[in-house]
Amino acid sequence: MGTSRAFDEIWGHGGPGKPRAEFSALSQWIRDTPQAEMDRRQQAAEATFRQLGITFAVYGDTDASERIIPFDIVPRIFLHDEWQRLSEGLIQRVEAINAFLDDIYGERRILKEGVLPSELVLNNAQFRPEVAGIKPPHGIWAHICGIDLVRTGPDEFFVLEDNARTPSGVSYMLENREAMIRLCPELFRSFRVAAVDSYSDMLRETMRSVAPDRRAGQPVCVVLTPGHFNSAYYEHSFLADTMGIELVEPADLIVDDDIVYMQTIAGRVKVDVVYRRIDDDYLDPLVFRSDSMLGVPGLIAAYRAGNVAIMNAPGNGIADDKAIYSYMPEIVKFYSGAEAKLPNVETWRCREPQALKYVLEHLDEVVVKLVDGSGGYGMLVGPTASKAEIESFRAALIAEPQRYIAQPTLALSTVPTVTEKGLAPRHVDFRPFVLTGSDGVKVVPGGLTRVALKEGSLVVNSSQGGGTKDSFVLLPDTKRKSQSQSQGQSQTQVQI
Amino acid sequence: MLSRTASALYWLGRYVERADFTARLVEATVRLDALSASPAGEAAWASALSVTYNDKAFKATGDALSQQPVSRFLTLDMTHPGSIVRYLEQARNNARAVRTALTREAWTAVNRLWLLFANRSSPGGAAATLNLVEGVMAEARGFEGAVHRMMRNEATLLIQLGAAIERADNTARLLDVKYHLLLPQGEKVGGVVDRDQWTTILQTVSAVTAYRWMYSDGLAPTNVTDLLICRTELPRSLAACVEEVVEQLNGLAKRTGLQGEADRMARARIARMQKTRASEVIVSGLHEYLEAFIRENAMLHAAIARQFRFI
Repeated sequence: MGTSRAFDEIWGHGGPGKPRAEFSALSQWIRDTPQAEMDRRQQAAEATFRQLGITFAVYGDTDASERIIPFDIVPRIFLHDEWQRLSEGLIQRVEAINAFLDDIYGERRILKEGVLPSELVLNNAQFRPEVAGIKPPHGIWAHICGIDLVRTGPDEFFVLEDNARTPSGVSYMLENREAMIRLCPELFRSFRVAAVDSYSDMLRETMRSVAPDRRAGQPVCVVLTPGHFNSAYYEHSFLADTMGIELVEPADLIVDDDIVYMQTIAGRVKVDVVYRRIDDDYLDPLVFRSDSMLGVPGLIAAYRAGNVAIMNAPGNGIADDKAIYSYMPEIVKFYSGAEAKLPNVETWRCREPQALKYVLEHLDEVVVKLVDGSGGYGMLVGPTASKAEIESFRAALIAEPQRYIAQPTLALSTVPTVTEKGLAPRHVDFRPFVLTGSDGVKVVPGGLTRVALKEGSLVVNSSQGGGTKDSFVLLPDTKRKSQSQSQGQSQTQVQI
Repeated sequence: MLSRTASALYWLGRYVERADFTARLVEATVRLDALSASPAGEAAWASALSVTYNDKAFKATGDALSQQPVSRFLTLDMTHPGSIVRYLEQARNNARAVRTALTREAWTAVNRLWLLFANRSSPGGAAATLNLVEGVMAEARGFEGAVHRMMRNEATLLIQLGAAIERADNTARLLDVKYHLLLPQGEKVGGVVDRDQWTTILQTVSAVTAYRWMYSDGLAPTNVTDLLICRTELPRSLAACVEEVVEQLNGLAKRTGLQGEADRMARARIARMQKTRASEVIVSGLHEYLEAFIRENAMLHAAIARQFRFI
């Protein structure tokens, strides 16, 4: 994997010091800011994160294993028109995901018409027969999606993974921006950056818009967390706090006569919308895992009765399953009638004999993933793997091919990043957040850029030594403002 | 507000107060131990243990009744639920569980309190112990300051209610035990050791200067009793705590509309307290009075838990 061949978000293919035309201001900033000053700001940002407790806990945790995710102060920047194109693709994709979920748990037209093999859906571990036939309020399943993207060239964006269950990372998007405004305010004078702090307001509006009965005044919305020992607890409390709603644990909720209540000092209060950050398995012991100590008994019955909205809807795992992912172009086409605006990464389904043969012959070139793996676990990165790792994956593939997919190793784009030896290119991916309410689909102008801090590495997961960067989405150029407005309603929500 | 949140906030207030009180007690006892002739030292540490109901647990360790082992037991002993570090752990867990109800300042103050103890195993000698407990008191003041700058809502009131209930309990225990602390043989009532014991009490509730301002006639048990039970000017007196509990309950009633048994009990207690005279209490039995107060305080706690549906 030659780093030098990759497209750099700032330098393009030109190499350090020769920025893409729009980024001369950033190039100037990099030249003007001494390495020592970069280091100082970097450390200041991380010290702030530590003191605020913006940490993720590692399981089996004592204080020592509360870690912060490394933060890099050189931002990754999207031009306004790049962002417009991306947004359109994201909205189309999330609309298709919602239509797919509604169909799969309803009529199953897509199976009847043979677009997808039935057994791939119905026998999938992520398919939840328990929610089949349920119509969620307003027909929305995937209220909050995090779509992982990678880039290989000026106009080459690919979807790497869809996250339609409980995608996390949005608190980092917001805290990273706070850190940048404090530490590098001059960048915000050079660039007109779309604000991301509208996210909490947008999420709150989304929550309200999906309340089952909107005639009954202001709906009561809550964030449901497994508790403060959970690795993403900071994010859960952050979201509840910035939305001004209650952060509840399962024990705070009680279901009576198919109505969900939270137990408050003033007695029971009816709950209309639950943004849950608990996996399906632990949501309701009466329906899913009966051995779970977590969970709210009766929650699914209340949901089935139409008395509460659960976001994201239980059963969504089938839409972001890696085996289903490879069919996304067909799924988008089926529901929207148009070609997908955002392509997939080419994917070999090892369940198909031809594909398996190809993958086995090219193990040292491809990335192999477990269809139900996450967080960088259970994957093989062929070009950097040892012989022994390749052989153990070969055996696993032959034994259970249906559990794996494979993709080519892409030349992921890079962004200049602060390292011990000065700025150096590091590979990045990107997770934008897409919200779907009863009033439509919105993309927050920003997202989480994850960066592989090890030289040449392609693995960006925080549990595998990845870091994060702020992601600037530029506002339309002031000079062209009237022109872009005449092109119709912008689908990205932009606040100045 | 969620019942769980209410309960966690209230207990956050109690645990920070309890840690602060234990720190004060250790500080005063180190001082008493250093000042007194040698036989008094052991009695001082024994009484510090019994004030905090830790005497039996300490005896089980088999350690000597002296500064180093008792200090360690009361400050850094992770295996002992009555140590400051464990109180702070409880405070931090409660604060973490209700982070959304706290400001960043209040949370970081609790976090800093706890970090003070992280990875420490021994308080060291007398000087190091004093440094450590002074750190606790300083950070606890920081927490109180942060709470006073929070929105004046249910969250703030519940933290302060917990602190006031805890403080009332602590002062009553302190007075009870120290008053009955046996003087070493050969020591006279009113002698040097006796004086030191009374000074320790005042020190623990930071009232040495207050005492001098309020009483012209030197250190007298009746006066100390008066100060710690009846004088609302002293923030840690029983009368002041009793008033504060009523105030916080009134504030909660105004904001939540919740009023009940706890309010009635607290108001009845204030009425009785206003008629209480230290001299009469001593005549009719200080120990019995304090025991009854501690019991009543625990009943009030139970009524609060019912009223606000703690889970």
